[in-house]
Amino acid sequence: MTLAVFFGCAFIAFGPAFALFVFTVAKDPLRVIILIAGAFFWLLSLLLSSLVWFIAVKASNSQDPSLPRGLLIFGVFFSVLLQEVFRFAYYRLLRKATEGLAAISDDASSAISVRQMAYVAGLGFGVMRGAFSMINILSDSLGPGTVGIFGDSQYYFITAALMTLALTLLHTFWGVLFFEGCEKSSWWVIAVVVSLHLLVAGLSLLNPLYEGSLPPVYCITLLMGIWAFFSSGGSLQNLSALCTRRKVEAESS
Amino acid sequence: MENLISINCVQLLITALFYTCISCSSVEQKIYVELNKTAPCVRLLNATHQIGCQSSISGDTGVVHVLESESDLDWILSAGPHPPYMVIMETAFFNRSVMLSMKNSSRVAGVAVIISKAGLAEHFSPHTTCPNQNTGVYSAGSEFANCNGTVWNPLGNGLSYEDFTFPVFALKDENQTQVIRKCYEDHNLRVNGSAPQYPLCAMQLFSHMHAVTDTVTCMRRTDLQNKFSINPEILCDPLSDYNVWTSIRPLNNSARGHAENESVVIAAVRLDGRSFFWEEAPAAEGTVSAIVTLLAAIHALYPVIQEAPPLRNIFFTFFQGEAFDYIGSSRMVFDMERNQFVMDLDNVHSMLEIGQVGLRGGRDVWIHSDPVSRRNSSMEKQVSEMIKDVNSSAAGLNINLQEPSVSQPLPPSSFQRFLRVRPIPGLVLTDHEKAFNNRYYESMYDDAENLNVSYPPNLTPDEQLVYPTDAAKSLAEVATLVARSLYTQAGGEQNNLSNITADATMVSQLLYGFLVQKNNSWFRSLLPPEITKKGGSSILSSGPPQFYIGLGPRLQSPVHSVTLFVQYILANLTGNVTNLTESQCQNPKELSGENKDLYSYFWVSGPSSGNSSADPLCVRASVRLSKAVSPAFELLQYGSSDYSTWTESRWKSIRARIFLVASRELEMLTLGVGVAVLLLSLLVTYFISSKAELLFSSARETPTTTY
Repeated sequence: MTLAVFFGCAFIAFGPAFALFVFTVAKDPLRVIILIAGAFFWLLSLLLSSLVWFIAVKASNSQDPSLPRGLLIFGVFFSVLLQEVFRFAYYRLLRKATEGLAAISDDASSAISVRQMAYVAGLGFGVMRGAFSMINILSDSLGPGTVGIFGDSQYYFITAALMTLALTLLHTFWGVLFFEGCEKSSWWVIAVVVSLHLLVAGLSLLNPLYEGSLPPVYCITLLMGIWAFFSSGGSLQNLSALCTRRKVEAESS
Repeated sequence: MENLISINCVQLLITALFYTCISCSSVEQKIYVELNKTAPCVRLLNATHQIGCQSSISGDTGVVHVLESESDLDWILSAGPHPPYMVIMETAFFNRSVMLSMKNSSRVAGVAVIISKAGLAEHFSPHTTCPNQNTGVYSAGSEFANCNGTVWNPLGNGLSYEDFTFPVFALKDENQTQVIRKCYEDHNLRVNGSAPQYPLCAMQLFSHMHAVTDTVTCMRRTDLQNKFSINPEILCDPLSDYNVWTSIRPLNNSARGHAENESVVIAAVRLDGRSFFWEEAPAAEGTVSAIVTLLAAIHALYPVIQEAPPLRNIFFTFFQGEAFDYIGSSRMVFDMERNQFVMDLDNVHSMLEIGQVGLRGGRDVWIHSDPVSRRNSSMEKQVSEMIKDVNSSAAGLNINLQEPSVSQPLPPSSFQRFLRVRPIPGLVLTDHEKAFNNRYYESMYDDAENLNVSYPPNLTPDEQLVYPTDAAKSLAEVATLVARSLYTQAGGEQNNLSNITADATMVSQLLYGFLVQKNNSWFRSLLPPEITKKGGSSILSSGPPQFYIGLGPRLQSPVHSVTLFVQYILANLTGNVTNLTESQCQNPKELSGENKDLYSYFWVSGPSSGNSSADPLCVRASVRLSKAVSPAFELLQYGSSDYSTWTESRWKSIRARIFLVASRELEMLTLGVGVAVLLLSLLVTYFISSKAELLFSSARETPTTTY
């Protein structure tokens, strides 16, 4: 009956991404293309960083016990930097491709804004990243066993799913902020995004304290979400307007 | 294998790069502990039944419970709240009543037996009380059928012949047993009689068997697939291997049928044993005692035979597969009848078989003969003559020869297969009058200790190899008796008898090789260089050989390891060293003076002296292998009641692992959270996307960012 765990974890990890895809991406073929291309760029960054990791592991064939951990820290931070480099590359590409993309779309009115592109590209990054970190775990969650025989927490699967959920959202928000930063040439925004990505990656090095890294990651996600909301044109006024309009609607109806 | 490594590499990469795990191990390694030192019980089939054990195709899982007392049994079978249970039991509980109560319960997912000498019962034999009862000479209708008169193995509980619907494994490794125990004690221990809390320690056993019902069904299905399928899947294979035989005067191996002017005395022993678990058959007292006795007797006979050859030929044969309805002997008799062997039954003068002769401190050797054929007066005369010869051979030996009452039937023996065809004068020597002295007949405890083969501490392996244990000394006496009896029986001169004495050192070496350590310097010097060079990875792995016959096609060598050992030991004991080179030795056909029809040529490692490596040499001996496949498979009579029809089922994987299982509540909680997250995110996203224009209105008003 570990099928329940499998579906539970799958829903947690990919539920929000699925909902976002269905309601905001799927209708527009251009967005779907951008999403897939974003996922592809993230994969490219993975390919490169695994190459570097492979070389590093092969090159350092010593018996030093502290070496694996050192290598891992190096690998994680290197990979994060590569991902951000590829995000920038993807931004440059999209900027160059916008005219072509506009030509593809049926009418000029449905052309896509940079903010929308940023969001869709970020989602693409997040979905791929979530898939890669989760699929192994999902396949093992089918059971019959669960984690814990070596004294690990029995909540491993659900924490991994929650972590994936947070990171998918984080990548989306980072995408929005990063593109915004590039657009406005405000390098400090990009610096904050990269350093927060590094921080989140560093938090995962606290494992196997899986629960320990969850609250800070969720705090960062929340802050990023608010920031992304404001940076993409949201404001308190809009929010209150939304609420009041609903009230007005409710009263009128 | 390389594939596996690369997959692992990718997993390592993925997990390392995506910050899910710091210890660089895949999730599976965090969940499961593989138990690799186990022995399964597998399914065997005969014409009418299936026996053994099997799991479902995806393995059977159950919560671990260690059976330590009667209350545990009650907990497993009725009270415990977490069925099905995977029962871990000490050897003491592994008996018929416990196993049958589990067989009848649906609350047992499987059984793992801890193999240890501690707490071993006074006796344990999973075999039947009347071994090979249906294929011997006393078949149904005979007055001695079904051990009427003498029950040979009264201690047998028949467990090996039960059909279990759950897997049963043996845990051989002390460390892994400790891991299981710790897991059990940490998670599953009852506190004051109340049920333990989740997560619980569980175990999964995989031993799915492809064959079902009986040999007839499974061979029919296999044959059908062979006919119609492009890549047929074999479901079961006949138990098969090779008999080993040699004779003091070489017989022409290319000739078939009656051998002119030959009258042979057959000396026979069996070569195999079995136990409840697959390939866990030490068979020390049951089989090794006889093999060692005959080999030592041959060693004692040979010098005398060179000087003063007896009138008749002596034919030594080692029958494989005798535990499973006399596979080897029935095949040899079958071939003799059809003129497919180097001689036929007319060539047989008489037969002497050595049964269980462990002695174990006693001095009694019993001479068994067949009461049915002795009713014939001429046969009676010949048998009495033989008994007299054996008695006279025992003069001066520390052996107390006795005869059971005349009306007692033969114990289970290959000789019965010859008697089935025609009356032949013959005797069976054993150390028991009625029931076996062996308290662990055909079980995994019939080992060196059971045969009282033990060494003083602080001996190096090479010292142990030649150390004359008491068991070796008494077996040497029996070997001397056998050698002298055979020599007399073959018409040798009486005054040469005193020159025939078995060497206790030879017996010690044989016992050490067959019971303690097959990878010893003596065995290495006897075997071909390609085997000794491979060392532990070949059939010369550490520990004693196992005597379960197994299947024909083998991974490591074309024949069973014991067959191979006996073949090469015989070659070295009876053969002559030649000065042929390696290529000549392998193909001596063209050489003058060499004859492939009379002799086999063996390229052996040779003894290594000190530091210098051994010089391989070519040995010429008349040692041969003959097929030990039941005639039932030759005749395609899979439902035969005359011949052995035993087959072993095939399987895909046999493995065992332990892990924790989560409570149902936690699983449902995970699912609930998952569904809630999904629904919530669908709702929120729908709401936000429908109000997006309002929420992000400022974005639309900024003309710089639109295209």
